Amino acid sequence: MDLKTVQTPHVPVRYFEGGAGPDLVFLHGPGGVTADDPFLNALATRHHVYAPLVPGYGDSEEAPEIRDMLDFTLHTWDVVEALGLRDPILVGHSMGGMIAAEMAAIAPNDVTRLALIAPAGLWDDEHPIPDLFSTLPYEMPELLFHDAKAGAALMTAGRDVEDPGFLQQYLVANARQLGMAGRILFPIPERGLHQRLYRIKAKTVVVWGDSDRLIPPVYAHAFKKGIKSAELVSIPEAGHMVIVEQTAAVVAAVGRLG
Amino acid sequence: MKFTWFNLMPWPYLPDDFRETNRSVWVDIDQRLFDPVKSHEVYNTYMDLLEYAGSLGFDGIGVNEHHQNGYGIMPSPNLIAAGLARRTKDVGLVVLGNSIALYNPPVRVAEEFAMLDCISGGRLVAGFPVGTSMDTNFCYGQIPSLTREKYAEAHELIIKAWTTRDPFAFNGRYNKLRHVNIWPRPIQQPHPPVHIPGGGSVETYDFCIDNTYSYSYLSFTGYLRAQALMSGYWNRVEERGAPDKSPYRAGFAQTICVAETDEEAERLYAPHIDYFYNRCLHVYPGFADAPGYRTIKTIQTGALSQYGRPQGFAELTWKDLTEQGHVIAGSPETVRQRMEEMIKGLHVGNVFCLMHVGNMPAEKCMYSTKLFAEKVMPKLRNIFPEYADDDRFWCKPLAKQVTPGSLPVAPTRAPIPAE
Repeated sequence: MDLKTVQTPHVPVRYFEGGAGPDLVFLHGPGGVTADDPFLNALATRHHVYAPLVPGYGDSEEAPEIRDMLDFTLHTWDVVEALGLRDPILVGHSMGGMIAAEMAAIAPNDVTRLALIAPAGLWDDEHPIPDLFSTLPYEMPELLFHDAKAGAALMTAGRDVEDPGFLQQYLVANARQLGMAGRILFPIPERGLHQRLYRIKAKTVVVWGDSDRLIPPVYAHAFKKGIKSAELVSIPEAGHMVIVEQTAAVVAAVGRLG
Repeated sequence: MKFTWFNLMPWPYLPDDFRETNRSVWVDIDQRLFDPVKSHEVYNTYMDLLEYAGSLGFDGIGVNEHHQNGYGIMPSPNLIAAGLARRTKDVGLVVLGNSIALYNPPVRVAEEFAMLDCISGGRLVAGFPVGTSMDTNFCYGQIPSLTREKYAEAHELIIKAWTTRDPFAFNGRYNKLRHVNIWPRPIQQPHPPVHIPGGGSVETYDFCIDNTYSYSYLSFTGYLRAQALMSGYWNRVEERGAPDKSPYRAGFAQTICVAETDEEAERLYAPHIDYFYNRCLHVYPGFADAPGYRTIKTIQTGALSQYGRPQGFAELTWKDLTEQGHVIAGSPETVRQRMEEMIKGLHVGNVFCLMHVGNMPAEKCMYSTKLFAEKVMPKLRNIFPEYADDDRFWCKPLAKQVTPGSLPVAPTRAPIPAE
């Protein structure tokens, strides 16, 4: 994956690009994405992958003027436009799934293939989503992974969590990244998508890990119900980070879009 | 010097095993620990204590705003201040303050503060905190990374509402108002003095310096730990080219307990200090700092939050707390010495005296307060004689104030109309 920059009306956007095949845009979740992301690299074996960073993620510039859901949605369309893409396969995980669904709802004739992987964006009082923003790092693996122990090892790999330098870097990255994510996810990750879902025309796969404890699988059914041409792919032994825990199965599910 | 007697209004009935059985004193504290019937007495006693302090020569009596909080049962400080306005005379009403990003629209604050200023005869000192992350983000749902922008807009709107004499349109991002025209408006002109509670961000330093507001550091950890932060502020005052370094540009909150002797202070107050520091301040770290609430600059310069898994609870002892300066306690002479060290060390003209602590009963609180007012405060009055005339940061009450509750005798027949 190469890290590149594309200019958009609001801000220069950093994105990863790699692979060959049909164009595919991947929108990352609140944790961000890196060049060595296994899911991105697996997608790149069959697709020409573009993975733009939300402003403020990684080393990318912040965009103070992107504040609400419409701003995020239109900005991401600006990115697609700036990359010169027409009707790419649109794939989003978690927060990225929320943005992808909004993009497909706002411009239904411009998206024909959509993959929503454990997307945020809906809220059910009977099944409240845990508050990611008050969750401490050591509590995260339990929420994010089917295998919390393996997840914890993944999250701390190569990091010295006792080192104050690392901690400060971590807090700055968190403030930049989750600060930005909070504009559409805090305090409740719902910005009216439920009343726009019907507009989506794309062939859609909704992919969910069976043991997702952040956004429980009951939400998968709500997405399936709300989107006319949606197919649900449930993946066993996977939590919210299904793209990491069952990478091949998710890539296969995306492959159903043709 | 300006001394303000402050009451956080802690709930005094948190159980002994509170920390072991509860995640947090704030945000998601157990509702069942609050007893509305008991609160009737608690609220009235706390207001009585504020009024008592107001009768002893303190310059101000102070209240603040917290939500869903076991050590601050005052979601609306304005309600308390309104009660105090009626039952006190001459003393400043320090509302420190209203979290202006939380009011929709913020003209509500302009109106309520104006009402308080009018009812009290110009005794209001207004505070505009950004608010803690617990209150602002986790209880009141404001988006962390937009809170400061919303706060700045609210501030602009309130000051404009206070100082503009004709109706105006306000086309803000968060407030769209076609006809802003507050009725009433404050007695104090151009507006009541403003104090801004801050926690060390450079942006807040500059905001205070540029607007001639007083910067208040409201910590519970005492003056020894505040040195670096306040030095940062005073350096900034100089860098920014402020015309003076008046100590009234700054305020500091300090827990204070006075008795006849140091030993008596420990005997009388140690259990209540223990209650406050070891029970009331038990906040779940996940609520301390929603990502995006602090600016990057502040994180890069500030102290690091605790993010590790809790390793059991350390008990802070009376000795720890008094030696490390969290608490200034002892005989009037001990307290005077340490207060002087604090006031001179931090160069602060406004002191917010936290004298009701934790579950302290009224008699002990009155004893400590009276000793402070009579034997300590007078000796600290003239630490900054060269700034004695600086009245920019304090209220300016009307010379002639009415006496509440002085209606004429109830008429027994139709009053004769005035000519």
